[in-house]
Amino acid sequence: MTNISVKDISNTSKTPEYHPATDWKRYFSFSTDHKVIGIQYIVTAFILFLVGGIFAMILRGELITPESDLVDRSVYNALFTMHGTVMLFGWTFPILTGFANYLVPLMIGARDMAFPRLNAVAFWMIPIAALLLMASFFVPGGPAQAGWWSYPPVSLQNPTGNLINGQVIWLLAVAISGVSSIMGAINFVTTIVKMRAPGMTFFRMPIFVWNVMSAQIIQLFGLPVLTAGAVMLLLDLTVGTSFFDPAKGGDPVLFQHFFWFYSHPAVYVIILPVFGIFSEIFPVFARKPLFGYKIVAISSLLIAGVSAIVWVHHLYVSGTPAWMRLFFMLTTMFVSVPTGIKVFAWTATIWGGKLRFDTPMLFALGALILFVFAGITGITLSSVPIDVHVNNTYYVVGHFHYVLYGTVTMGMFAAIYFWFPKMTGRMYYEGLGKLHFWLSFIGANLNFFPMHPLGLQGMLRRVSSYAPEYEMWNIIASIGAFMLGVSILPFILNMIGSWMNDKPAPKNPWRAIGLEWLVSSPPPVENFEEIPVVVGEPYGYGKSEALVENR
Amino acid sequence: MDSSITSEELHSSRHEHTHDEEGNKMFGFIVFLLSETFIFLGFFTGYIVYKTTNPDWLPPGVSGLEIKDPAINTVVLVSSSLVIYLAERALLRHDLMKFRQFLLLSIAMGTYFLVGQAIEWSHLSFGFTTGVFGGMFYLLTGFHGLHVLTGILLQIIVFGRSFIPGNYDTGHFGINATSLFWHFVDVIWIVLFFLIYIWQ
Repeated sequence: MTNISVKDISNTSKTPEYHPATDWKRYFSFSTDHKVIGIQYIVTAFILFLVGGIFAMILRGELITPESDLVDRSVYNALFTMHGTVMLFGWTFPILTGFANYLVPLMIGARDMAFPRLNAVAFWMIPIAALLLMASFFVPGGPAQAGWWSYPPVSLQNPTGNLINGQVIWLLAVAISGVSSIMGAINFVTTIVKMRAPGMTFFRMPIFVWNVMSAQIIQLFGLPVLTAGAVMLLLDLTVGTSFFDPAKGGDPVLFQHFFWFYSHPAVYVIILPVFGIFSEIFPVFARKPLFGYKIVAISSLLIAGVSAIVWVHHLYVSGTPAWMRLFFMLTTMFVSVPTGIKVFAWTATIWGGKLRFDTPMLFALGALILFVFAGITGITLSSVPIDVHVNNTYYVVGHFHYVLYGTVTMGMFAAIYFWFPKMTGRMYYEGLGKLHFWLSFIGANLNFFPMHPLGLQGMLRRVSSYAPEYEMWNIIASIGAFMLGVSILPFILNMIGSWMNDKPAPKNPWRAIGLEWLVSSPPPVENFEEIPVVVGEPYGYGKSEALVENR
Repeated sequence: MDSSITSEELHSSRHEHTHDEEGNKMFGFIVFLLSETFIFLGFFTGYIVYKTTNPDWLPPGVSGLEIKDPAINTVVLVSSSLVIYLAERALLRHDLMKFRQFLLLSIAMGTYFLVGQAIEWSHLSFGFTTGVFGGMFYLLTGFHGLHVLTGILLQIIVFGRSFIPGNYDTGHFGINATSLFWHFVDVIWIVLFFLIYIWQ
C-alpha cells in the first residue's frame, strides 16, 4: 500500500525525460548538470596532469647527469615551480572536485548539487586559471621561479621590474583557483547537509561523502587564510607595501605561517576523498562490509580538525621557538592516529574477504601500500631532530611524492577505472588497465624511493646540478619517472578506445552497493526517476538487506 | 494505518527536499560568511603578530590615531544593524512602507560611515607603504570598507527589488542574507575598532 501511494505521488507529469544525454557538445557548454561538470573537471584535470607531467619529465631529464646541462637554471626553477603548482592546483584539486561533483549527488540521492549555476561558474574558473598560469611562459622573465610555496623574499625579487611578471600571474591564478574552491566547498557542504534523500541519515552516507564533507570543511577555514597571505604578498609585489619584505621591516616568516596554515591541511583536502575512494572500493572487491564504518567516518572529521593545528611542522627551521616545535611535533604525530584507524579498518575489510583483483582493486591496494610507506616517512619527518637533518632535501620530496603520486594519483586512477563504466556506460579493457597499474606501481617506486637515500645523504631539492656521488640513485629515479610517463599511454588508449567501443556496461558491473549503482550507466539527466527512500546501511555486503525501499 | 502515515511523511519530506531552495541558499550563505570570517581572522592575527613583535611599530612622526571621529562612526555603523533588523521586522508584518524607510535609513548610516572613513584617510599623515603599520592599517580598514560598500550595494538592490510586484511570494532570502551580511560587517568592525583604535 505504502509503496503504491509513494509511487503515484512522484509519477507526476513534470518529470523530465529519463535517459542519458549523449550529445558530446554539452561537455563544452556552460552546463549545470553535476555529472557533466564532474566530467569536465576530470578531463580538464587530466590534461593539466599531462602538462605537469611533461614538466616533470624535463626535470628528471635534467637530473640524469650531475651537471646542469639540459635546460638553463632559471628555466629549471620555473619548471619545478610550475610542476608543483600545476599538479596541485591543476590536477589533484580539480580531479577530486570532479569526482565529488559526479558522485556526491548520486550517492546521497539528490537530483543535482544545491547550487548548479554556482557549480558551473566554479568549474569554468579552472581553465581560466590554468590558461593564465600558462600565459606566464610568455611574459618577460618567464613564469614564477620561487617554488610552489612562493616564499618571500625570493618571490618578491621581480628581476625584470615589470608589473606583469610571472609571480604576479602566479598569484592571480592561484587566487582564481582558490575562489573556485570556496564556491565548490559552499556547494558541497550545503548539498550534503541539505539535499540527502529521505532515510539517508548521516550515518548511512558512504564514506566517500563523509570524506568530501570533511575535506570541504578544511577548504572553508584554510583557504581564506592563504588568501589573506596571498593578498598581502600581491600588495608587496605590486603596490610596494612591506608586509613580508625584511628590508622594509616586514616579516617573511609570517607568510610561511599563512601559507602552511592552508597548504598543509590542503594535503588532507586532497587525500581525504582518496581515503573515501579506498573505502568504496575495498568492500566491493572483498565482498565484505567496511570494517568499523562509524569510526572510519568520524576519523575523517578528526583528521579535518587536527589538520588546523599541524602547520608549523613546515617551519621547524624558520626560527620557531622550542615549545612551538614540541607542540606541533605532537599534533603532527597525532594525525597518524585517525589515519592509522583507517588503514586498520581497510586491512580488516580485506582480511578474509573473497578478493577480486580487477584494475580498480589493484590500484587501490597499490595506493594503500604506498600510502603506508608515505605515512611512515611522514612520522619520521614530524620528529624535529630528523626534520632538521633532512629539511629541504630529497627526503621530503620523496615523502610527498609517495603521498601525491603513490596514494593520491594512484587512488584517482582506481576511481577512474571503478566509475568509468558508470560515467560512460562502457567497460574499459582489463588488460590495458593491469598494464597501466604495473607500470605505475613499479615506476612510482623506482622514481620516488631513491629520493629517500638521496635526501638522507644531503642532496638538496630544487637544484639542477648535484655532487657526482648522487648520480646512481638519480639515474634510477629518472628511469622510474620515464616509466611513469610511459604508463599513461595504455591509460589514454584504454579510455579513448573504450569510450568509442560500442560494448555497453551494465548498470552495476561490480555488483556494488550504493545509490549510484541503482541507476543506468550513464545515469539519466536528473539521476533518479524518483528520489529513492533509503532504508539500509551502506556496505551491506554479504548481508541480505535492502538499501532502498522496494517499490 | 501506520504505513500510510509513513508514506505521507515521506511525501512531505520529499516535497521539502526538492523545494527548499530558500533554506539551501541561506545555509550556503551562512557557510560563506563563516569562511569569510577566516580571511579577517588571518588579517587580525597578522596585525597582532606585527604589533607585538615590532619594536618600532608606529612610523616616525606618527604618535597614534585620533579616536573621536572613528568612535562616532562606530556608533552609527553598529546602530544601523538595529535599523536593518527593524526593516526585516516591518517586512514580516507586510508593512512595505516602513520596510523601505528603515532600509533607506540603514543605507544612509552605512554611507555616513564610509564617508567618515574616507575623510579620516585623507587627513592621515602616513600612507599605504609607510612601513608595516601603514600597510596593516589601510589593509584592514580598506578591506572592511569594501565589505561595507558591498553591504550598501546589497541593500540598494533589496530596496529596488521591493518595488517588484510579488517579489516576496517565494520568501525573504534577499533581505535576510543582506541583513545577516550587514550584522557580520558590524561585528568585524567592532573587533577592528578595538584592535586598531583602542589597543594603541
